[in-house]
Amino acid sequence: MSTSLSALRQRSMKRRGRGLSVVIGIALAIGAVITAFPFIWMVATSIKPQAESLNYPPTLLPANPTLEYFHKLFVELDFGRYLGNTVIVVLIGGIGLILMAMAGYAFAKFDFRGKQWMFFLVLATMMIPVQVTMIPTYLILNGMKLTNTLVGIALPTLVSGFSIFLFRQFMSTIPTEMLEAARLDGAGEFRTFLQIVLPLSKPILAVQAVLTFIAGWNSFLWPLIIASDQKLYTLSVGLSLLNKEIAVNPSLQMAAASVMVIPILIVFIVFQRYVIQGFALSGLK
Amino acid sequence: MALPGIVSSPLARRRPIASRARAGRSRLTPYIFISPAMLLLIAFGVFPIAVAALVSLTDMNISGLGDWGNVKFIGIANYSKLFADPSFWQALGNTAFFAIIGVPSVVFLSLGVALLLNRSGNWFYRSLRAFYFIPAITAIVAISLVWGYLYNTQFGLLNWLLSLVGVDQVQWLSDPTLAKFSVALVAVWRGTGLNIIIFLAALQGVPNEYLEAASLDGAGEWRKIRSIVIPMLRFAIFFVTVTTVISWLQFFDEAYVLTGGGPLGATTSVSIFLYQQGFQQSQFGYASAGSLILFVLIAVITVAQLRARRADIEY
Repeated sequence: MSTSLSALRQRSMKRRGRGLSVVIGIALAIGAVITAFPFIWMVATSIKPQAESLNYPPTLLPANPTLEYFHKLFVELDFGRYLGNTVIVVLIGGIGLILMAMAGYAFAKFDFRGKQWMFFLVLATMMIPVQVTMIPTYLILNGMKLTNTLVGIALPTLVSGFSIFLFRQFMSTIPTEMLEAARLDGAGEFRTFLQIVLPLSKPILAVQAVLTFIAGWNSFLWPLIIASDQKLYTLSVGLSLLNKEIAVNPSLQMAAASVMVIPILIVFIVFQRYVIQGFALSGLK
Repeated sequence: MALPGIVSSPLARRRPIASRARAGRSRLTPYIFISPAMLLLIAFGVFPIAVAALVSLTDMNISGLGDWGNVKFIGIANYSKLFADPSFWQALGNTAFFAIIGVPSVVFLSLGVALLLNRSGNWFYRSLRAFYFIPAITAIVAISLVWGYLYNTQFGLLNWLLSLVGVDQVQWLSDPTLAKFSVALVAVWRGTGLNIIIFLAALQGVPNEYLEAASLDGAGEWRKIRSIVIPMLRFAIFFVTVTTVISWLQFFDEAYVLTGGGPLGATTSVSIFLYQQGFQQSQFGYASAGSLILFVLIAVITVAQLRARRADIEY
C-alpha cells in the first residue's frame, strides 16, 4: 500500500519534472537567441546594402542581399593581408603549444633540481596582469628589435603558465612504466616524447590547440601595440580601424566582423566537446 | 645528440661507462624539455615586472626609447604624481564600479545558466549550450563593433525597439553615467560564456547517487540545488569568483573599442588609463608606476580572497 503510494508520488513528481524541463528548455532557448542575437544581426547586416543598414526603422532580413562589402574588404582594404598575418600569428602559436607540452611533460615525469620553485614560477605568472607587463615587454621587444614583426606580436603570449599547468596535470596520469618500457627498447628521450607521450596526450592537446587557436586569432592588444606598419596588421587591428566608419557604413563593418567571427564559430562548434572536457580534465570539480 | 642512446645495443648498455653517460644525459633531459618554455615565461612574464619596477622610477618617455642616455632616475616622483592625479583616481573609481556591478552579475548569471543547462542531457539542451559560449570565444573587437552598431543613437536597433514602446532616443554611449552601464553590459554578456563552461565541467563531478537519494527522501529541485549541488560546487564558484574579480580589475577591451574611455573619462578603467599614458602619450615611466599599483591592488585582493577561503575550510 505505502509502496504503491510512494511509487505514485514519484511518478507524479517525474511528470512535473518533465513539465518543468520543457518550461526551462523554452526559457533557455529564448536566452540563447538573445545571447546570440548580436551575431545574427551582424551577419544579416553584413549582406545588406549600405543604405539599408542605415535605414530607420531597421530591417531584420536584408531585402537585397549583396556580397559587395566582403569583396570590398579583400580587394580595396587589404583584409587578405590581415588574414594572412593572423594565420601566421596563429601558426607561431602552434610552436608555443609544443614548447608548453614539453615543459608540462618535464614537470610531470622528471625529478630535477629546481623543479619546485620553477613550477611555482609557472603558477605565479598566471596572476600577473597583462597591463603590468605591457610596457616593459614593449621595451624588451624594442630592445630585441622585434617591434613591428609578426614574431614580436606572437612572442609575448607564446607560452602561458595556465597551459603548462594543464599539460602537467594531464601528463602526470600517463603510466611511468610505459615510458620506462620505451627507454628499455632503446628509444631516446625525444622519441619517447614524440611517439609515446604526445599520442597519449591527445585529449589535452586538442583542448589546448583549440584554445591557442582562439586566443591567437582574437588577440588584439599585442598586435595593436607591436604592429605600427600597416603591412603587419592582423584582422583584429584592421577591424578596430573600421570603428571610425560607424556612422558611414555599418555594412562594411559587420562584414569585417563576420570575417573574424565565423571561422572561430566553425572551429568551436566542431571541437566544442574537447573544450568542455578540457576544463573537466583540469580538475575543476 | 640523442643518437648514441638509440644506437646503443643491450650489450653496450651493460658497460658502466655507457651507463654513466646515459645517466648524465638523463639528468640534463628535463632541463632541455623545460628550458624553451621557461625562458619565454621568464622573459615575458617575470622579467618585465623587474623592468616595470625600474622604469617606474625614471622619466622614461619617447626620447628615452631611442637613446637610453636621455632617461633620468627620478625616485618616487611618478608615484606621488599619480596619487595627485585626479584622472588616476577617476580611473580607480571606475574600475571599482565596474568590478562591483560586473563580478556578481557574471558569477550569478553563469551559475544560473549552467544549472539550468545541466538539468537535462538531451540533444536540445546540449545544442543550446553552444549559443551561450559564443560571446566568450569571439573576438572582442568584432563584438564591440556589433554592439556599437546596436547602441547607435540614430539608427541602432536598441533605440528603435525602445521607440516602439514610446521611449525617446537613449544616449547609450555618450551619456557619462549610462555609458558605464552600456560598456559593462557587453562585458557581462561576454564574460559569462567561459564561466558557464567551467561550471558545467564542475557539475559533471556531482555524483548522481546523491541527487537520487535526495529525491527519494522527497527533496524538491530547489532544495537539491541548495543543499547538494551548490556546496559541491564550492571550489568552482570560488575559482570563478577569483578569476572574474581579476579580469574586471583589468577591464580594458570593451571600453577601449566602444568608447575609448570616454565620454569625459567616464569609462576609463585603470588599464585604459595606463594604455593612454603609456602608448598614446609615451609616458612609460609614469604608466609603469601606475601598472605596479594595479598589480599590487590585484595581488592584495586575490590573496585576501584566498585567505578568506582558507578560514572557511578550517571552520
